[in-house]
Amino acid sequence: MSELAVNLPGLQMKNPIMPASGCFGFGREYSDFYDLQQLGAVIMKAATGSNRYGNSTPRVAETASGMLNAIGLQNPGVEKIIETEVPFLANYSIPIIANVAGSTLEEYEMVAKAFNQTDSVHALELNISCPNVKEGGIQFGTNPEMAANVTRIVKKASNLPVYVKLSPNVSDIVSMAKAVEEAGADGLSMINTLSGMQIHLPSKKPILANQTGGLSGPAIKPVAIRMVYEVKKHVQIPIIGMGGISNVDDVIEFLLAGASAVAVGTANFQNPFICPELIEELPNALSKYGFLSVEDAIGKGHGA
Amino acid sequence: MIRKENLLIVKSTEIARETTEMVLQNQHISRTAQPGQFLHIGIEGHTLRRPISIAKIDKKNETVTVLFKQLGEGTKALSNYQEGMQISALGPSGNGFPYDNLLNKTILLVGGGIGIPPLYCLGKELAAEGVTIKAVLGFQTADSVFYEAAFKELGETLITTNDGSYGHHGFVTDVIGKMGDYDCYYTCGPMAMLQAVTTKLEHQSGYVSLEERMGCGVGACFACVIPTETQGGYRKICKDGPVFAANEVKL
Repeated sequence: MSELAVNLPGLQMKNPIMPASGCFGFGREYSDFYDLQQLGAVIMKAATGSNRYGNSTPRVAETASGMLNAIGLQNPGVEKIIETEVPFLANYSIPIIANVAGSTLEEYEMVAKAFNQTDSVHALELNISCPNVKEGGIQFGTNPEMAANVTRIVKKASNLPVYVKLSPNVSDIVSMAKAVEEAGADGLSMINTLSGMQIHLPSKKPILANQTGGLSGPAIKPVAIRMVYEVKKHVQIPIIGMGGISNVDDVIEFLLAGASAVAVGTANFQNPFICPELIEELPNALSKYGFLSVEDAIGKGHGA
Repeated sequence: MIRKENLLIVKSTEIARETTEMVLQNQHISRTAQPGQFLHIGIEGHTLRRPISIAKIDKKNETVTVLFKQLGEGTKALSNYQEGMQISALGPSGNGFPYDNLLNKTILLVGGGIGIPPLYCLGKELAAEGVTIKAVLGFQTADSVFYEAAFKELGETLITTNDGSYGHHGFVTDVIGKMGDYDCYYTCGPMAMLQAVTTKLEHQSGYVSLEERMGCGVGACFACVIPTETQGGYRKICKDGPVFAANEVKL
């Protein structure tokens, strides 16, 4: 096995680097910049039961070392995604993770079932943590019982491994992680964005049309590292770590905290080549810090 | 095709109130850019790139010129960049203005503030091809006026200012009626102006160039969308635009 390879439920990855959901569309745009085949995996933009337009614009605002977004889960609906986007990504032999979102348990179930019927999707990422949709998502992501419920239903609706994407907007992330692990989650994705806001001084109004948005970028990395580190101590299932990764040292830090793979989000906007660059730099970074492989580094921040 | 390129700052000048004109040297961008396209410019210490439209393309000297208003911290920082420094940009981005079959025809350019530069790029290109150019340019005040002489070289040009400190007092829509006949219009500027212009000229064939806060700038993040009657209910300004047929989008 190569030094970069990692095996997670449903995902045999030649390296641990993937673009994060919502920051990469369905890959088409970035396929103009480089060969997606290089990626460890790809996480698609969220799919809901039917077509969603999302929030009004402005949908993004810049903050110190980060950005706020309130896209509002805009997507063409799961059927259209399966018809037009999954086949495009299936041209590349990399694991495809479908991000499943919904407003009701029935919608999550329906979306999960639809992806289960395709041959090309290798795992589901359960989106119970989008802070930008009033009626759904986040309500499942801030209550351990509801998070467990939706996990059970999605597990029953499909044979695919399920990674539950946890929200950082909770007081006790460990109890959320334990609840979804007990409910059958195969892995965790963490973290989603932190709920935030910015007010535009000249107009004295919030910049985002949705008023609040999800904070991402380097600003949230310490929060993500802390949460991955805490959760790693209490669960057995693997973690895909994300939150503010913008250089190869950040990747190593997430591995040390306990992540088995990482997703890169906002940094794609600054540098469309960030993912392949990180993949190229990772072997040197591993040896610089004394690791033989990615597997060797996972969780090493927790001591002997 | 969009590439990530470094551009050399050849010249940077404040040409009007809080308005910077920057001449940037880069072979790929100067060779491939079209009027109406933009650069997604990275600024040290800022997470998001800034979309800035192209005002001049000089293939011979391999430069493009951009203008931007010093509106926030990012554009203020960019205005402090010195000649000789390099900036990173994705570009040329987006689709430019369509302009087929305009030989011997007349076009009207309607610009507001920092929406004016891409129209200059188009007007210059088309004037060289024998198209008759007319222009109405709106500014807030006398000290924010730029490119007046440059537009007058292309054709008949009227200037308006909101406060009446220069040119005609009022908005561009107050003087559009004075411009006579034309075959097609192109407009870029603040949303309220675009709404007024497209309403006033609804029986004319025209194109609008739109601006919105962008995330990725390449079509992946869905931040800069505009509602439409067709195409699944929305279009992406960064990738499908920034230029659209005036009747295609709901402003």
